[in-house]
Amino acid sequence: MELTSNNTIAEIIQRHKAELLADWLKELQNTGLRRDDLMRAKELRSECQEFLQLLHIAVGYGNFSDIQTPEWENMRVLLAEVSRSRVQRGFTPSEIASFILCFKKPLFDRLCHELTENRDALVEQLWLSTSLLDQLGLWVTEIFLKAREEVIERQQQEMLELSTPVVKLWQGILALPMIGTLDSARTQIVMETLLQEIMETGSEFAILDITGVPTVDTLVAQHLLKTVAAARLMGTECIISGIRPQIAQTIVHLGVDLQDILTKATLADAFKVALQRQGLTIKNFKEER
Amino acid sequence: MERIPILQMGEFLLVTIQVDMHDRLAMTLQDDLTNRIVKTGVKGVLIEISSLEIVDSFIGRIINNIASMSRILDAETVVVGMQPAVAITLVELGLSLTGVRTALSVEKGMILLRKSLGLSLDEQA
Repeated sequence: MELTSNNTIAEIIQRHKAELLADWLKELQNTGLRRDDLMRAKELRSECQEFLQLLHIAVGYGNFSDIQTPEWENMRVLLAEVSRSRVQRGFTPSEIASFILCFKKPLFDRLCHELTENRDALVEQLWLSTSLLDQLGLWVTEIFLKAREEVIERQQQEMLELSTPVVKLWQGILALPMIGTLDSARTQIVMETLLQEIMETGSEFAILDITGVPTVDTLVAQHLLKTVAAARLMGTECIISGIRPQIAQTIVHLGVDLQDILTKATLADAFKVALQRQGLTIKNFKEER
Repeated sequence: MERIPILQMGEFLLVTIQVDMHDRLAMTLQDDLTNRIVKTGVKGVLIEISSLEIVDSFIGRIINNIASMSRILDAETVVVGMQPAVAITLVELGLSLTGVRTALSVEKGMILLRKSLGLSLDEQA
């Protein structure tokens, strides 16, 4: 779209940029949504300036109704950055949206000032500017929500990864300390991680320690049995350790058949058994002197 | 006609399955293997499947069959080199290959066989 000269808002921004900026910042302060604790004044100021700059250029094209068009691309990019950085600092959605919406008052004041003679034009310009700023405000809020969701997803992923480490206890002996509730998704990851490590290290023993698993129900038991079966198919024997008294009771009450899986009360016991199977033993060399 | 090669390694037979098996190939393998076991009188068979990335219930059954046939002929079967994805698939399919021993590698498989056959680890044919 081409630049239209008959564009009041663009002119206003051009002529009164400094005052608009000052009024805007004051308005943000007044509503109490400025959050000086989360953002430095200088940074805020430069963001406002950039906004005004891009607003000036974009409104020059005369399209107030749809901000998803190419003319508004730079503005969308700026607002996406503004929104994302605020998400990370802990702003609320209202505080982010108010960044845009607080601009209404300064702009309206200027419009009233310039168009006192022409009521029809004033009404038209007021409508155009409010609908535009609303769109921008909504855009900023949507980006905010999307960014928040991304953070949550990333944290979930990290938690998933952190909570299933496979550690090497000794040559040929791996340990898998499981912590937290085991659901299908986690157990899948546990199984894949364990089997991958088995293949890479060639370990013949894997100790699954469930000290950190609060409850064991039939589903969890199924998952554990599958993991053990899969490891066995590859040629590794699994020992389950860290079984608490309550869990032992639950397993029997549920009628879960652990078949011939070796179980030990503590990781230490399981480790000792694994060593023995490899023909190793731990001696206290000091006593022998 | 393609055949799956069966190699003799000392007192064991080594079968390396590298291609997708279809009916005819599986039948041929069973024939060849049983003949070979009787001819050589070996007491152990290693089935090496580290090249197999996909295993279905058909192969699962074949492996089970081979193990049973070998046992009847007084030879023990050990499956070696199963990949993680394959192990997971077999478990999910409910084929846990009971009665078939497994090992991580050919080397470990041979140690396993020797131990269970009561041969000392130094003895080699």
